[in-house]
Order: sequence, then C-alpha cells, then structure tokens
Amino acid sequence: MVDPVASTPIQGGPILEAKGLHAAYGQVRVLHGIDFVVNTGGVTALLGANGAGKTTTLRAICGMVRSTGDLMYDGKRINNMATEAIAAMRVGHVPDGRGTFMELSVEENLRLGGYTRKDSIEPDLERMFAYFPKLKDRFRQQAGTLSGGEQQMLAIARALMIRPRLLLLDEPSFGLAPLIVREIFEIMKQIIATERTSILLVEQNASLALSVADMAYLLETGKIVMSGPAAEIRQDESVRRAYLGY
Amino acid sequence: MTQSNSRFLLILFVVAAAVVPLVFASGYQLFQLTLVVAYALSVLGKNLVTGYGGQVSLGQGAFYAVGAYTAAILMEHFNVPYWATLPVAAVVTGMVGLALGLPALRLGGLYLALVTFAMAVAVPQLLKYKLFENWTGGVQGIVLNKPDAPFGLPLDPDQWVYLFTLSVGVVLFVAATNLVRSRIGLALMAIRDQPLAAEAMGVELSRYKTLTFGFGALFTGVGGALGAIAVGFVSPDSFSIALSLTLFVGMVIGGASSISGAVYGALFIVFVPNLAEEISKAIPGAIFGVILILFMFFAPGGIASLLSAQMRRFRAAR
Amino acid sequence: MEGVLHQIISGIATGSIYASISLALVMIFLATHQINFAQGEMAMFSTYVALTLIQAGVPYWGAFVLTLVFSFIAGMVLQRTLLEPLARAPVLASVGAFLGLLLIFNNIAGWIFTYTLQPFPTPFGAGAPILGGMLSRHELGSTAVTLVVLTAVWAFFRFTKLGLALRGAAYNPVSSRLVGIPVARMLSLGWGLAAAIGAIAGMMVAPIVFLDPNMMAGVLLYAFAGALLGGITSPLGAVVGGVLMGVIENIAGAYIVGTELKLTTALVIIVVVLVFKPSGLFGKTLANRV
Repeated sequence: MVDPVASTPIQGGPILEAKGLHAAYGQVRVLHGIDFVVNTGGVTALLGANGAGKTTTLRAICGMVRSTGDLMYDGKRINNMATEAIAAMRVGHVPDGRGTFMELSVEENLRLGGYTRKDSIEPDLERMFAYFPKLKDRFRQQAGTLSGGEQQMLAIARALMIRPRLLLLDEPSFGLAPLIVREIFEIMKQIIATERTSILLVEQNASLALSVADMAYLLETGKIVMSGPAAEIRQDESVRRAYLGY
Repeated sequence: MTQSNSRFLLILFVVAAAVVPLVFASGYQLFQLTLVVAYALSVLGKNLVTGYGGQVSLGQGAFYAVGAYTAAILMEHFNVPYWATLPVAAVVTGMVGLALGLPALRLGGLYLALVTFAMAVAVPQLLKYKLFENWTGGVQGIVLNKPDAPFGLPLDPDQWVYLFTLSVGVVLFVAATNLVRSRIGLALMAIRDQPLAAEAMGVELSRYKTLTFGFGALFTGVGGALGAIAVGFVSPDSFSIALSLTLFVGMVIGGASSISGAVYGALFIVFVPNLAEEISKAIPGAIFGVILILFMFFAPGGIASLLSAQMRRFRAAR
Repeated sequence: MEGVLHQIISGIATGSIYASISLALVMIFLATHQINFAQGEMAMFSTYVALTLIQAGVPYWGAFVLTLVFSFIAGMVLQRTLLEPLARAPVLASVGAFLGLLLIFNNIAGWIFTYTLQPFPTPFGAGAPILGGMLSRHELGSTAVTLVVLTAVWAFFRFTKLGLALRGAAYNPVSSRLVGIPVARMLSLGWGLAAAIGAIAGMMVAPIVFLDPNMMAGVLLYAFAGALLGGITSPLGAVVGGVLMGVIENIAGAYIVGTELKLTTALVIIVVVLVFKPSGLFGKTLANRV
C-alpha cells in the first residue's frame, strides 16, 4: 500500500538526475554507475549500510570527488564543477560530520551560510530561529561549544541560509541520541512542509528516512539494488529485515 | 650491474678523485674541492635528519659553526694537532645536537623548522658575544695555520689538506651508508614514511629521531671542522643564516633521501656560485632561490633521483 | 623607575611593528598551516619600492599607498603561482619554496639596491622627543599608524562579509566551499593582505634601523617569537605577543643581557614557549603534526 500523504507533495520534473554515475577516490572506485532522481519539491532518500557509497554520492554532486556519467541539475550537467560554483547554484549541503565552523560564533556560521546571497539575509536568520529556537539562545556563542545535536541543527540552518533549491543531507541522525534525532526530524518535517525545497537525504537509519521521504533508493557497495516510492520500499520484506529491523 | 661491479667502480672513482686533482688541479681548485668534501659531509648530516629522519632542520649552519669553532679553539688555545680535533668536534657537535634535539623534536614539523631557523639567525651573535671572546676571538675570529704534509710526503699543504679531507670524507660516507642500512636506518625510514604504523610496531619514535638529529649534527660538525682547517680561518659572520640556507639548497638539489645526493649538492653549492659571482655578488643567492623553487616543483628528489631515473631508463633500454 | 618606563614605552613602539609582522605570519599560518619564512624579506623589498618611489619625487603618503597596492598584488600573485600548487605538498616542499623566496628577495634587493645602509625618511618630522623625552616623533607616529592599521584589519575581519568569508576559508575550507566561498581566491586575498601589512611594518621600521637587504632578519625573528608567545593560532595573540616582544627586547637589552644578544633572547623565548606552552598565551593547542 502506498501512503497517500507521503507520496503527494506538489512535484514537478526532476531537479537532480544521475545517470550512470561513477565516482572514485584516486584508484578506489566507489560508485559503479548509479541512476537516481530527485523530483522538484520531493524528498528522495538514499539508504544503505556504512561504506555503500552514500556520502560519496553527495560529494560527487558537490564536486568534492571526481565523477563520470551524468549529473544533471536543473537541466545542466554539473559533474566536476567547482564546489563553490555548485553551491552558488543554490545547492545546500549538510555534510557528513556537520562541517561546523568551530572557531566562529553561531551567528557567523549562519551568515557564512548566506555568503552567496545578494539580498538581505536578516529575515532568514529570524526564520531559522523559528525552526531552531535553541540556536537563538546560543546566537553569540562559539559554535565549537555546541552539543552534537545543536551542531546538527546549525548545519541544517546554515545550509538553508543559501535558500537551497536542492538540499543534500548527510546522515543528520548520525551520532545523536534518539530523542534528539526525533526532535531534528520533527523540525525537518516542518521544513519540508513549508520550504518546498527538494531534498536528497542520505541515511543509515532507514525507518527514519522513509518516514519523511517520498522516493527511496537502496545503495549496496556502489550500486542501486532497489528503488521506488518510499512507502513501497518500507513494505518490502528484504528491506524490512535488513534495514528496518522488524 | 652486479653489486661487486658497482663497488669496484666506486673504489675506482674514489682513487681517481684522490689522484687526478693532485696532478692537474691548481692550489685554489684543490681548496675548492676540499670545501666540496667538507660541505658534502655537512649536507650528509642534513640528509640524515631530513631525508631519512623526515625532520626539517634549517639550522645546520649552527652545527657547522660549532664543529669549526671546536677545531679552531682546540688548535689555537690547546695546541691540539689538526687531525686530533676531528673526533672532539664530532663528539661535541653530536652532544649539542642531542641536547637540542631532545626538546626540538618533541615539536615536530614546522615548529622544528622555526626553532632551527631562529638558531641559525642567532648563532653569529653568540659567537661574537664578549663573554666568550677569549675563546672565540670575538668579531675577529681565529686565524689558523694550514697543516703541512706529514712524514716528509712530497705534497704542498693544499694537496695534503685535500687528501686528508677526502680520506675522512670517504670513511664517514661509508659509515653513513652502513648507518642507513642498519636497523636504525630502517627504523628511521619506517618512521618517516609511516609514523603511526612505526610507532604501533614498537619503534620508539622520539629516541630514533633524537638519535638521528645527533648523528646529523655530528656529520655536519665534522664537515665544519674540516672546513675550518681548509679555510684556515673562522669568524662569526661566515656562519650566518646564509650558510644554513646554502646547506639547505645543497640538500634539496642533491637529493635529501640519498647518500650520494650530498656529493652532488656540495658540488653545486661550491661551484655554481663561483660561476655566477662573475655577474654580481648577489646573483648566486638569487640563483639558489630560483633553483630551489624549481626543484621543489619539478624534482623534489633532487639530482640523485634524477640520476637514478636516468640509470633505470638506460638499463631498460638495453 | 623613569628608565624602566622609558624602556617600556619605546618597547611598545617597536613592539607594534613586530606585532604587524606577527599578525601577517599568523594570518598565513591559520589559512594554510605554513610559516612564511620570507615574510620579512617581502616587507624589506616593499620598503625598497617605497624608497624608490620617494626618490623619484612621489610624496611620502603617495608612495606609502602605492607600495601597499604593489605589495598586495605581489602577495596575491606569489600565492597563486607558487604556493597554491604546493599547498598539499610535504612540509619540506613548502619550507623550501619559502626559503627560495627569501633568497630571491634578499639577493635581488642586494643586486638592485646594493647592500649599503640607506636612510629612509619618516613622515612624522625629526623634531625633539616628546612625552618627557621618552618617545621620538617617529616612534609615536609609527605606533599610531600601526595601531590604526591593526584596528582596521580587526574591524575588516570582524564586521565585513568578506572578512568573515576569509576567516571561514582559513578555519574550515571544506565547509566554506560548500556554502559557496571561493576558497582559493580568499587565500590569495589573505596573502595580499599579509604582504601589505608587512610592507607597513617595513616602512615604519626602516627609519629606525636604516634600510638594507638584511634589515628584517632581526624583526622577523622577534615577530616569530611574538607570534608563538601570543599563540600561533590567535591573531589577537600575535598582536599582543609582538608588542610584548618589543618590551622584552628593551628590558632585556637594558638590564639583563645587553643588546649584543638580542637575537638570542628571541631564540630563547621561542624555545621556552614551544617547550612549556606551545599554544602560547591565547592560542589553542594544535595536534602535533608528525
């Protein structure tokens, strides 16, 4: 059964499309020709175990690792473009490890997030504080002193400051207590509902990811082994056993 | 080429290096060749520290100065014969190296480069300092007599000093070769290439690093002592930062990770300035700088690695 | 007591010059984890450029500004052409490149301008010493200039978007790229800025020590010591450390070791700081890079 709510956001055609995407770190090949799509306004989840190539996929999209095949963003091939140029095309990235500017204040982290913006970013700061009230309390604090959960929130807020048309999220649940993870995902649902940003979400925690996604892909050692609407994937017997644990 | 073959060639080369200049070279040329040997030993010390030990030392000129002054003070104030100053210079600079190595090596990487750079800048001032003036001769330095050939050998002082220096050089180069092939050498290279793995395998990083720093200082110090004997004069301003930089250039250009590289480097730093100085006094330094940068970009392994690449190509072609 | 006060005040004057070079060193260290051994020689060369302009009839402040522009551009070009390609090379390679630069600047300066000491003009007039005879007009003027420059640099980094981006690029290049900051351009900008700050220090110190190609050797050593004393990871620390070094130099020179061991004093401070408090007064501890 397909969950009608999760699969019916207002969606256009694909904003990001990968076709036969290969990527390698030097001699070590990690992605062996994968295909996937992120629809405009949709949430696509990329699931898989440690080392399957999830983070590498996001890095390839951002030009942080060399890739071959096609990566089409908004109709334009973006393989191996400079990372900063891709960011300037309003691709927000919540990187693996959160990428906090430890030495800078929370405010400065957010302002850096808005670096590519030519317009005023003050209203967006307010918007971020509405999503993440905790960040407002720590506005002037050095970001390195934040807890893991707060840094994750900061990373999401920082990526949103770019006003992303495509948001890449790398394991937002990683290393956080279940309670915090739930808090973050609640906020993310809110963001998905209001921001209408297209999202590519990478997660090891499949049940969490499937609870917010409408499309899902399962990655195993650099290959897509299953794909489809999130609700269908959730029902799949083998996925349930291997990734959902029930 | 078999090993005994190459060893034979090496011996032939050393004999030629000893005999040919005696017959054909002028006094000044012999003096330059003597300096080549002294510098080669100093650069060798640097190669041990940097090329094999993986530590960037910029203050090798300071150890050269310690060796040179040890020899000069012993000869001037204690009437020690020139040849007997060498072991003392070796021990003294080795000890100084160990003493400085202990704290300096804890820092590692760039910090060591910084400290040794500061050391090289400060050395001339220390040598001029009035408290030591009775020993060091202050700004004036110490003038030494050139040693005559012993046993009534039919050699003039230039020829004898060259032969003497070359013999010491050969002995120490053989010693260095054995050193890098020994357990210590292997441990060092393991540390340089895989510090974490080496430590995990039980190689005591700090001990070996300090030891290499000491050995490096020792070789450089003996080079300094030989240099002082050959030049017949030591003064604070001959041991400025420029000397350390020159030795650094010699190391990079010869090839830091090789024993023979020290010889190429020494030939370079002795003869290239001579050729260039005819244009301007400042030119050699500028040329050193340009060549240094070019080598960093295009031949980080120095002349030694360029040569061995050529040799491989030559052999492959046959 | 009067004497000590005199030493301290004039120490602050020279210390502010050291502080500028310390700051330039720290800026580059933060951005690239490299120590620019050629920072002093670059400043010296810039000072010769200023002297040449002044001798050609350009008024002092005009020459001052032109020299800053020249140094800024030269710094950017050097970073782009030489140091960027070596950014990921081993320590030896970057140290080698910096020493190469040092040799080139020093000897080219010697070649073009000779090694003779040359007087360098001060824009603050020769008049009688002020503050009860404790400070020459030049010392007061150069301290003021340096303080203005350091404040401006601080305000730039603290309050402007570009300054923030420069800091971001230095602290976390990967995240910076992800938010769209062109990190490579920021690095060359930082180099240009460091070179210009160095040039100011050179022009301010030259009237005191006279200009010659080796003018900056001692200054650089004191700037190293200042940067380490304050903490090589802290720009504020670099400034405080630099000023402290000026005071220490004077006090040690007048009462402890005499002026003949000035450089050794700096060496001792470098070693003591690195052995006992490698993070300096304001810096944070760095992992020991093997």
